[in-house]
Amino acid sequence: MQDYFIIVISAVLINNIVLSQFLGICPFLGVSKKLSAALGMGAAVTFVLVLAGLLTWFFQIYILNPFNIGYMQTVAFILIIGALVQFVEMVIKKYSPGLYKALGIYLPLITTNCAVLGVAILNIQKDFSLVKTLVHSTSHAVGFSLALILMAGIRERLESADIPKCMEGVPISLVIASLMSIAFLGFSGLI
Amino acid sequence: MSLLQEFTKGIIKENPLFRLVLGTCPSLAITTSVDNGLGMGVAFTGVLLGSNIVISAMRKIIPDSIRIPVYIVVIASFVTMTDLLMHAYTPAMYKALGIFIPLIVVNCIIIGRAEAFANRNSIVPSVLDALGMGVGFTLALVLLCTFREVLGAGTFLGFRLLPESRAAIMMILPPGGFVTLGCILGFLNKMQSKTA
Repeated sequence: MQDYFIIVISAVLINNIVLSQFLGICPFLGVSKKLSAALGMGAAVTFVLVLAGLLTWFFQIYILNPFNIGYMQTVAFILIIGALVQFVEMVIKKYSPGLYKALGIYLPLITTNCAVLGVAILNIQKDFSLVKTLVHSTSHAVGFSLALILMAGIRERLESADIPKCMEGVPISLVIASLMSIAFLGFSGLI
Repeated sequence: MSLLQEFTKGIIKENPLFRLVLGTCPSLAITTSVDNGLGMGVAFTGVLLGSNIVISAMRKIIPDSIRIPVYIVVIASFVTMTDLLMHAYTPAMYKALGIFIPLIVVNCIIIGRAEAFANRNSIVPSVLDALGMGVGFTLALVLLCTFREVLGAGTFLGFRLLPESRAAIMMILPPGGFVTLGCILGFLNKMQSKTA
């Protein structure tokens, strides 16, 4: 039980995927202008990340390992993630047009979100069991959503702030991310 | 556009990191020392060069509807080769860059160049485009690394410039990466608005 607790705390707060591992910066900067969009993106990434984490784990254990073709990992994982995103998009489009409209543009972007591939590879590198993979992927997804939503909240306020012209947009967001990252460093003493 | 311009445009005018703000993840994560920045830049340029050559050579036989999966497979193959080569010949660098070598696969710059350039041009311009973008990205990484290593560790490529007690360790921790890139982008915007 303690193991799982440590995985959750360290993935969500201490090694937050965006603020301390630098994975998934593109959507973090691109989709954090509005709180509603950030919520949508967070949900979409959580869904894909957890599914991809599990699928790639099964693929690694039952196909790559027995046949001793570990070097195909990168190629195999990126194809699985690409296919999964496409599949999820089709399913959502068919069964829940409302959700599809809300997530629509973010879904295809997830294939090139390095957080998804990064977590899938980390799961394998750390030799996790199936349950730990599930917990680890979910916590990283929660960490991603947390950072994204906090950032969106700050940027909505920023609209009315008086920022030097040259710092508007991405530069000021990076400076804010830096301050958030300092705040998250404070969690490193937790475990 | 002349061939020379295909090469030089990636270095300043369309610098992938500073002008187009692509490929931010590896640029923030591995720029803690100048060594790492150079290593990443070389690995990245190798993959981009390989994928641009193959994609531009195959551009007439790739069906339009499945082009993105084809690009991804081509890129992933080159990334795997780079990964194995680095594991064999530069083990220390391989360890330092870690997970960010396989992650070159999802670097938006590479797939962006495949879609925007290699897909429409013949091999020679594609090679020059890849080299220019690679050099531009490497220079951008080295610039970021220089700031972070000098301020954060007080060294440059291992040579000590500042006494250890003066080093602000924050600069080589994650926050330093964000703030350095943010300030450089802001500075470049300022310069651009002056010249324009």
